[in-house]
Amino acid sequence: MDFLLFRDGGPPILSMIMLLPLIGAFCLFFVKTEEHQKYLTLGVSILTAVCSLPLYFLFDSNTHKYQFAEHHSWIPSLSVHYTLGIDGISLLLVLMTTFLMPLCVLCSWRYITNRVRTFLFLLLLIETSMLGVFMALDFIFFYIVWEATLIPMFLLIGIWGGDRKIYASIKFFLYTLAGSVLMLVAIIVLYFNTSPHTFSIPLLMGQAYSFSFQLWVFLAFFLAFAIKVPMFPFHTWLPAAHVQAPTAGSVILASVLLKMGTYGFLRFCLPITPDATLAFTPYILWLSIAGILYGGLTALAQNDMKKLIAYSSVGHMGFVTLGIFVLNPMGMEGAILQMINHGITTGALFLCVGMIYERTHTRELALNAGIGKHMPVYVTFLTFFSLSSLAFPGTNSFIGEFMILAGAFTDTKLIAACAIPGAVLAAAYMLRMLQKVIWGGTENPVHNTLSDLNVREIITLTPLLFLVFWIGFGPRPFLNIMHVSVAHLLEQVLGTQMGTSSLTAHVLLP
Amino acid sequence: MEVIISSKPLIAMLFALTGAILVSLSGKNPNIREAWSVAAASCMFGIIVSMVPAILDGNILKYQVFDILPGLSLTFRADAFSMIFALIASFLWIFAAFYSMGYMRSLEEHAQTRFNACFALSLFGAMGVAFADNLFTLYLFYEVVSICTYPLVAHHQDKEGYSGARKYIVYLTTTAKGLLLPAMILIYVLTGSLDFTDNIHTGIFPADVNSSLIIILYICCLLGFAKNGIMPVHNWLPGAMVAPTPVSALLHAVAVVKVGVFATTRIMLYIFGSDMMSSLGLGTATAYFVSFTIIMASVIALTKDNLKARLAYSTVSQLSYIILGVAMLTPSGMSGGLIHIANHAFSKITLFFCAGAIFVASGKKTISEMSGLGRTMPFTFGAFGIASLSMIGVPPVAGFVTKWKLLVGAMEMDAHAIVFLLVLLSSTLLNAAYFAPVTYQAFMGKHPGNEQFDGIKEAPLSMLIPLLTAAVFSVIIGIWPDFMMNFVNLVTK
Repeated sequence: MDFLLFRDGGPPILSMIMLLPLIGAFCLFFVKTEEHQKYLTLGVSILTAVCSLPLYFLFDSNTHKYQFAEHHSWIPSLSVHYTLGIDGISLLLVLMTTFLMPLCVLCSWRYITNRVRTFLFLLLLIETSMLGVFMALDFIFFYIVWEATLIPMFLLIGIWGGDRKIYASIKFFLYTLAGSVLMLVAIIVLYFNTSPHTFSIPLLMGQAYSFSFQLWVFLAFFLAFAIKVPMFPFHTWLPAAHVQAPTAGSVILASVLLKMGTYGFLRFCLPITPDATLAFTPYILWLSIAGILYGGLTALAQNDMKKLIAYSSVGHMGFVTLGIFVLNPMGMEGAILQMINHGITTGALFLCVGMIYERTHTRELALNAGIGKHMPVYVTFLTFFSLSSLAFPGTNSFIGEFMILAGAFTDTKLIAACAIPGAVLAAAYMLRMLQKVIWGGTENPVHNTLSDLNVREIITLTPLLFLVFWIGFGPRPFLNIMHVSVAHLLEQVLGTQMGTSSLTAHVLLP
Repeated sequence: MEVIISSKPLIAMLFALTGAILVSLSGKNPNIREAWSVAAASCMFGIIVSMVPAILDGNILKYQVFDILPGLSLTFRADAFSMIFALIASFLWIFAAFYSMGYMRSLEEHAQTRFNACFALSLFGAMGVAFADNLFTLYLFYEVVSICTYPLVAHHQDKEGYSGARKYIVYLTTTAKGLLLPAMILIYVLTGSLDFTDNIHTGIFPADVNSSLIIILYICCLLGFAKNGIMPVHNWLPGAMVAPTPVSALLHAVAVVKVGVFATTRIMLYIFGSDMMSSLGLGTATAYFVSFTIIMASVIALTKDNLKARLAYSTVSQLSYIILGVAMLTPSGMSGGLIHIANHAFSKITLFFCAGAIFVASGKKTISEMSGLGRTMPFTFGAFGIASLSMIGVPPVAGFVTKWKLLVGAMEMDAHAIVFLLVLLSSTLLNAAYFAPVTYQAFMGKHPGNEQFDGIKEAPLSMLIPLLTAAVFSVIIGIWPDFMMNFVNLVTK
C-alpha cells in the first residue's frame, strides 16, 4: 500500500466530502416547504464545496501518490476494500464537481416547479456518486458509484425533461449501460488474472499482462469510456440527452459526467494496459480528429441552441482525447486542463441557454434572434462564454487548446494540422450563434417584454466568468498540481524516465 | 540600450478600456459620453508622448502582466517600432473622436453609445498590438480588434451592413484561427518561446531548424494577419466600407489595417529576423508578392465610382507599400516602409474625413455626382486635394518622403532593383490616375445634370476642423519628417 498517503490524525476528509450531499439528501425529507428545501440543498452543496477547499491547500504536488487516502476492508472474502484517494489528475475534477453543484441548484430555482423535493434529492445523490467516481481506488466501489450516476441522471431527464424525454433518457441509459457491462467484464477478468486476486486499482497497474490480454481489456474499457466521453462515432446519445434534459441536468452531464469518460482513460486504460494503449494510439488520434471535425460541422448546422452546444461538446472532447493520446506531458496536461475548462465554459453556456429558455420558452435561434438590445447584461455574459468556447486568447480554453495542439505538433504534425479546421469551425459556429442572438437580422421577433438577468442569475454566472479569465491568464496553480502525476502516468505508459520537470517546450522536431 | 520596467504601456491601454466602460455607462447624456471619449483619447496620447524621451534615448519599456506558461506571457513593451504606430493611432483618435461626434449627430445615427464604446475598445486592442512584447500578446489583441470592430461595421443593421460585417469577421477570424494559430503553436514548439527579439536581425529560430518549415510558417503569418490587406485576403476591406465613415476613417485607414501591417512587419523583423529573411530569399519573394497587390488594387480603384470604395482599394494598395519597403530588407527600404505607417495614416484619414463630410453635407457617395461640388465645398475638397497629392507622392506632402525612401531602397537592392523601381513608378502613375480626377472634376467640372447644389454648404465645424488639421499635418510631416524618422532610424540602425 505504499502508493497511498494517509493523513494521520485528521478527519477522513474524502469520505466527509463524498457523504455530505448524501446526508443532505436524506435531510430533505424532514423539510416541509419547497423554499426551505431549496435553501437546504443550496446550503449543503455550498458546504461541500467549502469542505473540499482544504484539499487544494493541503495537497502535496511533489508526489504522484494518492493522497488523503482511506483504506478499510469491506468484503474480506473477495478482497474488496473501501479505498479512497486522489492524485493530481482527480483533484481538479473533484473540486470542479463540488463547485458546480451550488450553481446547478441556483439555476433550478425557478426552472423546476413540480416534484421539487425529488429533484433536489437526485441532485445531491448524483453529486455523491460523481465524487465517488473521482475518488475511488477500488474497482468494486468504483463500479458501484459509476453505475449510481446513471440512475439519477436517467430520472432527471425522464421526469423533468422536454417533449421527447422518454426517448432521450432511455437512449442515454442503454448506451452507457452497454459500456458499463463491458467494463464490468474487464474488471472481473483483471481480478482473476492477478495473484493474489485484487480489485485495487493501483495494484492492477504495472502488471506484466500479455499483449493479447491487454488488447481485449483495453477494448472493453475503451468502449465504456468512449461512449461516456462521447467519442465519435459513439456520441449519438449526447445531443438527445442534452436537448431534453433540464438545465441542471445538462450542466451536470456536460461538465462532470463526460469527464468521467476521459478520466477513465487516464486512470485505467493508460496505466493498466500500456502496451495496448500504444498499439491503439494512432486509431484513437484519428477518431479524435473525426470527432473534432464532425462536432464542429454539425454544430454549424444547428438551429437549436442546446443542440449546438451539445455538438460543440463532441468537438471539444475530441480535443481532450487528442491531448491524452499524444502521450506527452504538454498534451496531457492540456487535456486535463481542457477537461476543467470544458466543464466551466460549456456548463456556463448551458446555464445561459436555460436562462433564455425560461423567458422565451424556446431554444430556436431564429426565435431568440436580436435579444441583445433588450438583455445587455445577458448577452455580455453569453459573449464571454462563447468566446471562451471558441478558444479566444486570454480565456481558459485557449490555454487548454494551445497546450493540446503544442503537444500534438510535437508528436505528429499531420494530425495536429488536421485539428486546426476544428478550431476554425469552433469560431464559426460560436460567432454565428452570438450574431443571431445578439443582433439577429433586419427583421427580428418582438422581445419587448424580456427582462434582463436578475441578481440570482448574475450570481450563478459570475464565478464561472471569473474562472474563465483566471485559468486564461494564470493557469499555473492548476497545472502545478498535475505535473508530477502526469509525469508518473506517462512513465507508466511509456516505461521510460520522462523526467519530473515536465512541461518543457524544448522539443525538437525533425 | 536598456530595458526599463514601466507600466506606462499598460496604463495607456487602460485609458482606452476605461473610456469604453465610462462611455457605455453614460449613454443617457450624449455630451458627457463624448467628453469621456475625448478625455480617454487625450489621456492616452499624453501618456504615450511621455514615453517618447526614454525611447529616443534607445531604451525599451517593458511590463509583464501575467506569466502564463514557460515562454508564454502577457507582456507589453514600448520600443521605437511600437511608438511609430502608437503615437499616430492615439493622436488621430483625438481627431476622430471630434469628427465622429459631428458626423453621428448630423446624421442622427442610432446606437451612438454602442458605437462610441466599441470605438474605444478597438483603440484598446490596437494599442495592445502596438505594445505587444510577444506573439501571444499580439495575437490576443489582434483578435480583440476583430471582435470589437464587428459592431462598428454592422452599425447600420441593414442587409448591406450585416453582409459586409459577416464577410469582415469570416475573413479575419478564419485566417487568424486557421493560419496564425497553428503558426504560433509551431513556433512555440520549435523555439520554446514567443518573445520578440530586441533587434531586427537575428530572429528567434535556432540555426538547426528545417528551412522549409520556416517558409511554411512565414507564409502562414503573412496571410494569417489578413488585416494587412494583401491579396488574396483583402476582400473584407472593401466590404467593410458599409460602416459609418468615421469608422472607415480611423479604423480602416489607421487602426485596423495598420494593426495588420504592423503585426506583419513586427513578425518579419522580430520573429523571423532580416538575416533569415534574406538567406531564405523570403524578402524578395514577399516583395514580388505584394507588388502584385500594389498594382492590382490600383487598377481596381480606377474602376470604382463610389468614393469610399475607391479609397478602400487605394488603402489595399498603399498598405502593401509598407510591406514592400520592409521586404526589401535594405535600410532605406525599411525606413520608407515604416515611415509610411505614419504618412499614410494622416493622408488617408484626411481622405476619409472628406468623404464623410461630403456625404453629411450633400448626401453624395459617388465621384460622378461630385462634379463641380468643390466650388461649393472648397475647404473639404482642398483638403482632399492635399491628401491625394500625398498618396501620389508629390513633394512637399508626406507621401513624397515614403516614395523617395522606397525608390532609394529599391536601388540599394543587389538584384531585382529594376523590377521594384518599375512597380513603384507605375503605381505612382496609377495613383495619380485615380486620385487627380476627383479633385479636378470637383473644382473644374460641370454640375451633373441641371443640379445647382442649392442649400449645400460645408459640413459642421466639428468635422471640418479635424479634417483640415489632418491635412495640415500631412504637409507638416512631409516638410519636417525628422520626428517620426527618429523612431524609424532607431529600428533600422
